[in-house]
Amino acid sequence: MNFLGYFSQLLEIVLALLLAPLLIGWVNQWRAWLQNKSAPSLFLPYRKLHKLFNKELVLAQHASPLYRVTPYIVFGCMALASAIIPSLSTDLPLSPASDAIALVGLFALARVFISLAAMDVGTAFGTMGARREMLIGFLAEPALLMVLFSASLLSKSTSLTTIVDTLAHRDLAIYPSLAFAGVAFTMVSLAENARIPVDNPATHLELTMIHEALTLEYSGRHLALLEWAASLKLFAYSCAGLALFFPWGIADAQSPLALLLALPALIFKLALGGALLAILESVSAKMRIFRVPEFLATAFLLAVIGMLVNILLGI
Amino acid sequence: MTAFISQFINLLAAILLMLAFSMLAQRRILSLIYLYTMQGATLVAATAIVGFVTNQPHLYFSAAITLVLKVILIPSLLHRVIDRLNVRWDVEMLINIPMTMLIGIVMVMFSFYLAQPISQMSSTIARGTLGIALACILLSFMMMITRSKAVPQVIGFLSMENGLFFAATAATYGMPMVVELGIALDVLVGILILGVFMFHIREQFDSLDIRHLEKLKED
Repeated sequence: MNFLGYFSQLLEIVLALLLAPLLIGWVNQWRAWLQNKSAPSLFLPYRKLHKLFNKELVLAQHASPLYRVTPYIVFGCMALASAIIPSLSTDLPLSPASDAIALVGLFALARVFISLAAMDVGTAFGTMGARREMLIGFLAEPALLMVLFSASLLSKSTSLTTIVDTLAHRDLAIYPSLAFAGVAFTMVSLAENARIPVDNPATHLELTMIHEALTLEYSGRHLALLEWAASLKLFAYSCAGLALFFPWGIADAQSPLALLLALPALIFKLALGGALLAILESVSAKMRIFRVPEFLATAFLLAVIGMLVNILLGI
Repeated sequence: MTAFISQFINLLAAILLMLAFSMLAQRRILSLIYLYTMQGATLVAATAIVGFVTNQPHLYFSAAITLVLKVILIPSLLHRVIDRLNVRWDVEMLINIPMTMLIGIVMVMFSFYLAQPISQMSSTIARGTLGIALACILLSFMMMITRSKAVPQVIGFLSMENGLFFAATAATYGMPMVVELGIALDVLVGILILGVFMFHIREQFDSLDIRHLEKLKED
């Protein structure tokens, strides 16, 4: 592994950490515009993080050590996930670790810890949020795995860097399987990132909330880390979607110039994706929690059909 | 170029499959009719493209018949029927939707498996899509089974005919003209008769639930 590889890996992590709150701010701005409200500042998430890091930490009386370490574990999982997703370059020192199944496992690890921590303090909201989070998680994970598998069938490998490499250098061809997988991936990422048809990211203290209920007891720097982790998760999902379905512009090995071009390409794609996410959220209504299994069963079904079409049409 | 067009046909076939699944999962009658119209339009595109690639002018005629019949005439008839019967409410399912979808996946696998040896023997450009056509037929059949109201059952029947039509195009470049015209007429007459039939069911039972038909005696 050469210097350039380490540099691009470092750049990718730093970029993820810095850009993730900006992406949230961008999506919120678009949502406000679409709903005819005056938009909040693009840098509001940074200010919020800064404020939370400087606030005093209040811990519940019966909080166990698990409750204290969870924000760090969740943040670490999300940072690692955004590091192994090839968003800028496919020539990364971490690429042996960037496996599709490992990625899903990382998200699952974060989910298990945050659900345990939410139940740890023993408040009703935390427990309820943890249950709902697990309900969504166990339905979303198989669908996400199927999406990644249908992409890996095209490249005959579950390594994310190999998948992206193959997809970026293919001839121009129509892959119906990728279209199915793309729709399924959009549905899964809406559910996983607590966006509107499944959960409303704008509500706080409501009976319908899922993600907010999990972090309700946290304060100070713990809450800041969790918020940052949530924005990193959205960033990681967006990068994964862009890398799988729109892989153009991602640099391959040994070319500094391509790396230089990959950065504006990624930012452009993320900006477009963020605006699309805001539009998607504005046109749909939040569904009942008991409709969520149906929504995610549809995502799973689309992903499975994508795989079947891939295998049986032989393309 | 040919490779690109055959990929495009595959894409249209995949869209047909997706539409069949969304019909299976749809709760509203009005959306069902829209989905049926979209299925017809996709079928028209697929038939016309196969006709264009293989230089078979008679496929243009079948595409035109499909366009007039399944995209314009039958959907407008169905709209009139549900207007006059005043049935826009949610469709009642006999099995819940996620379960229906899972059974649907199994049926898709089955039909792919069944169609594979047949499509290997065939030499047409769209031979790979035979499995999808078969899956569409089975899914529409399942839609007829899982609905208890008359209008969704009729739509299921019509969409099954779409699947059959696509299978014929995929496997043998369409049926002979006489057969095609005959089937088109059959479908048209069928929908008229079923429309009359629906009015009679409603008059007799004050409901479109066909489970009332299972009873022999009035209670």
